[in-house]
Amino acid sequence: MTEGTNVALAPADQQGSRTSYLRALFMRSESLRGYALLSPTLAVMLFSMCAPFALMVIMSFWTQIGFKFDTALSVTNYREILDSPIYSALLIRSLKISGACALATVLISYPMAYYVAFHVHRRKLLWIILMTLPFWTSYLLRVFAWKIILGYNGVINSGLKSMGLIEQPLEFLLYSPTAVVITLAHAWAAFAVLPIYVSLEKIDRSLLEAAADLGDGPVLRFLRVTLPLSLPGVMAAMLLIFIPTVGDYVTPALVGGPDGTMIANIIQAQFGKVNNWPMGAALAISMMAIVAVISLAYVWVSRKATEQIG
Amino acid sequence: MSDVSYIKRPNRPLHVYALSYLAFLYIPVLFLPLFSFNDSIYISFPLKGFTTNWYASMASDEPMHAALINSLKVGAVASVIATLLGILGAKAVTRYKIFGQRTVVSTIMLPLVIPGIVMGVALLILLSRIGINLSLVTITLGHILICVPFSMATLMARFEGLDSSMEEAAADLGDNAWWVFWRVTFPMVFPGILASLLLCFTISFDEFIMAFFLSGTDPTLPIYIYSQLRFPQKLPGVLALGACILVVSFFVVFFSQWLQRQGEFGAAGKGDHA
Amino acid sequence: MNGNDNYIVIDKVAKHFGPVRAVDEVDISVRAGEFFSLLGASGCGKTTLLRMLAGFEAPTSGEIYIDQVATAGVPPHRRPTNMVFQNYAIFPHLNVRRNIAYGLREERLAKDETRRRVDEALELVKLPGLGDRSANELSGGQRQRVALARALIKRPKVLLLDEPLGALDKKLREEMQLELRALQQSLGITFVFVTHDQEEAMTLSDRIAIMSQGKVLQIDTPSKIYNSPVNIEVADFIGQMNFIDAEVLDNKSGRITVNTAGLGKVTVPGKGNAARQGDSSIVAVRPERLFLSAKAPEKKANCVQGTIKTTAYLGDRSHFYVDVEGREKPVAVAAQEAGGNEAQSFELGSKVWISWQDESLLHFARD
Repeated sequence: MTEGTNVALAPADQQGSRTSYLRALFMRSESLRGYALLSPTLAVMLFSMCAPFALMVIMSFWTQIGFKFDTALSVTNYREILDSPIYSALLIRSLKISGACALATVLISYPMAYYVAFHVHRRKLLWIILMTLPFWTSYLLRVFAWKIILGYNGVINSGLKSMGLIEQPLEFLLYSPTAVVITLAHAWAAFAVLPIYVSLEKIDRSLLEAAADLGDGPVLRFLRVTLPLSLPGVMAAMLLIFIPTVGDYVTPALVGGPDGTMIANIIQAQFGKVNNWPMGAALAISMMAIVAVISLAYVWVSRKATEQIG
Repeated sequence: MSDVSYIKRPNRPLHVYALSYLAFLYIPVLFLPLFSFNDSIYISFPLKGFTTNWYASMASDEPMHAALINSLKVGAVASVIATLLGILGAKAVTRYKIFGQRTVVSTIMLPLVIPGIVMGVALLILLSRIGINLSLVTITLGHILICVPFSMATLMARFEGLDSSMEEAAADLGDNAWWVFWRVTFPMVFPGILASLLLCFTISFDEFIMAFFLSGTDPTLPIYIYSQLRFPQKLPGVLALGACILVVSFFVVFFSQWLQRQGEFGAAGKGDHA
Repeated sequence: MNGNDNYIVIDKVAKHFGPVRAVDEVDISVRAGEFFSLLGASGCGKTTLLRMLAGFEAPTSGEIYIDQVATAGVPPHRRPTNMVFQNYAIFPHLNVRRNIAYGLREERLAKDETRRRVDEALELVKLPGLGDRSANELSGGQRQRVALARALIKRPKVLLLDEPLGALDKKLREEMQLELRALQQSLGITFVFVTHDQEEAMTLSDRIAIMSQGKVLQIDTPSKIYNSPVNIEVADFIGQMNFIDAEVLDNKSGRITVNTAGLGKVTVPGKGNAARQGDSSIVAVRPERLFLSAKAPEKKANCVQGTIKTTAYLGDRSHFYVDVEGREKPVAVAAQEAGGNEAQSFELGSKVWISWQDESLLHFARD
């Protein structure tokens, strides 16, 4: 007996039997029913991501003539990106800043996540909410807060001045790549804590007890058991911070100054003052492409590394 | 889950570190409210004097009111639609064995890792080629896109915590799919739905980058704030506004997270004790 | 109630999950008003079969009929079945009363009527007055009864129970077993009961279907399954059994003579066995059908000498493990306390005689 013949068929009607066969097939296929339920969401998301990106790719092969687009496909924009030193310098600077930010964020967040995972026994919920909450509040305002702190007349400078420690305000604080890194690290720290915390929390405590039983002290237990097992979370956190910060535009605009400009500012300008949309599209795609390559390489390397650790 | 007996010795340095970390996280943000009471246009530390003038001036700031209402509208619509899509998606993914589930979920979660500027630019290009004018509607569309991953993540956690045998029992007792949803699924998932609504609203309310690219003549509040930043005399007013926003966000998000994570901590339904 | 009507008919039903055959062409008929159990180890397909009866899974092939109506395409909420879930599935957001009354929604009863029926149901499961308790405050045993009440209040034709007593401790479980049986007999509802506990199945059921790896091995009353298992697997599954290697010597007029490794030459009732001379086979005998004596029995046949290797005292009976020649594993012999046997006086290492009757032996061909 095959699947198809086991549906309760209406006696005479052929057409009816085909639709009821289909309906029975539908009822039997859990996957199909699930997809039906999922379809609005999936459709919206796919369309909202695919169509714009497809168009963006196409536009990157156009050129801007005055206020119109020359829709003849050409690689002018990409050639210009490769030739001009400005773009590549900005791109490299952006990658460096994001990399530094990701590293810094993960380094400062790890001990925090460790504390909540291992040393908080009551009110864990409270700690989790407190350490992630800033991330859900206004990004703009948090970046602006650093502008106030690091500025010429900002908190640090006027504080030090009024305490008599310095005569002239420190100029290097604001409008530099360092300012960008600090601000980004602060803004994204809350985002990094969560994946690290989750992977630490998942570690089976009895593994640590076994290690203790076999002779390892606390430091060794951490290095040989906790750290390796938490590495997936750490790797994930680094990637989760790196990718979005490469394209950050608000922070360099507010605290970066000319030395701290990142690639996103140039992209934004293409859609603003410079009015070269195809170039903007090409820059955006180049940035995404490089980020994608780096991310894939990173994932591959980290997977190899975790396989080694076993 | 954590074994209390394992690490009994409290780790003082780590404890101090944790508190400093929280301080580092919150103190910079607290300067905003601090200086909003400063009796001067310029930042100076310590404060020159204490005043609530800047807050008072907010009451008469018409453009700000308009921007605020725009943000509320966009936030409300975006959060409702994103939550609806999130409910459908979360139910589908957690309750049915779908072929290619992980791929589908990763796809829906993509906006989380795509830089805001790329999404903003791409949508801008699409909308302008289709011929749709930029307005609050376009901002809302962009916000729905970035809110759906958060909504789905919140609701997936909630649905997973919900034992599917509950829904089966309801069906067994005579309810069709619609009634099962209303009488069992919805009441049990409701805290998650509320959490998702609040979270998405906050994200939309505070979102700047995409809004910046997709806005027409009507600004949302973050756009309005950004436009004021170039004027020094407007600075304290901006700080006052920022302080208000932060305080409200703080409470809304706290409540939403508490609602959501309650489920993860097994508050719903205790275990069997014979 | 006509016990001969086949109320539930499971006709060549199979369920495949990809390459896995959870249920492999099963034929079962359950009579109206019967307490029918599906018994087997985990993974044997019994729960999958139950879920197909309930409507939560659809058969990959085959048909299920309940009261002569085909159930294909009929969703769970339209079937005349109700299920008691393994984890009880008590709704945490409703109190006990509302949980029990849950399924009455479609009947649109007046409030008083609902209240009366719920109270009735609470009495039935011996939980009077617990109606206003919140679901979270119930103990395991109480939840189980609430789940039962919730299903029974709808007066289903068939009650499906998915290992409902598994989570309870032994005493509570035994108590509930008796109550369930009494309930089923007084209500006359057909029960289909899934369990991996053979004692439970034997205690409660009118008939049992033993399942293994998706197939049904035997469907019979408990005593027939115990005394006439149809193959080695069934014999091994229920109760304790001694299995002894044998070689067929002769098969004549319903009696098979075999040479066994341990009990010597024995004669076994044939029961239609197609055994030929030289076939290797298995002889099986229950420990309680073997008798121990310190002195050699009068009849020379059907006995063998051995040495006691280990003993286990179980209160109401003792098990003795006797080493015999020709067999590495000791033979298990069970002896009741009552009956005036010299059971209690057997010590380790003492020489004893094991004796038995022909009819107590079972004969299986080797697969």
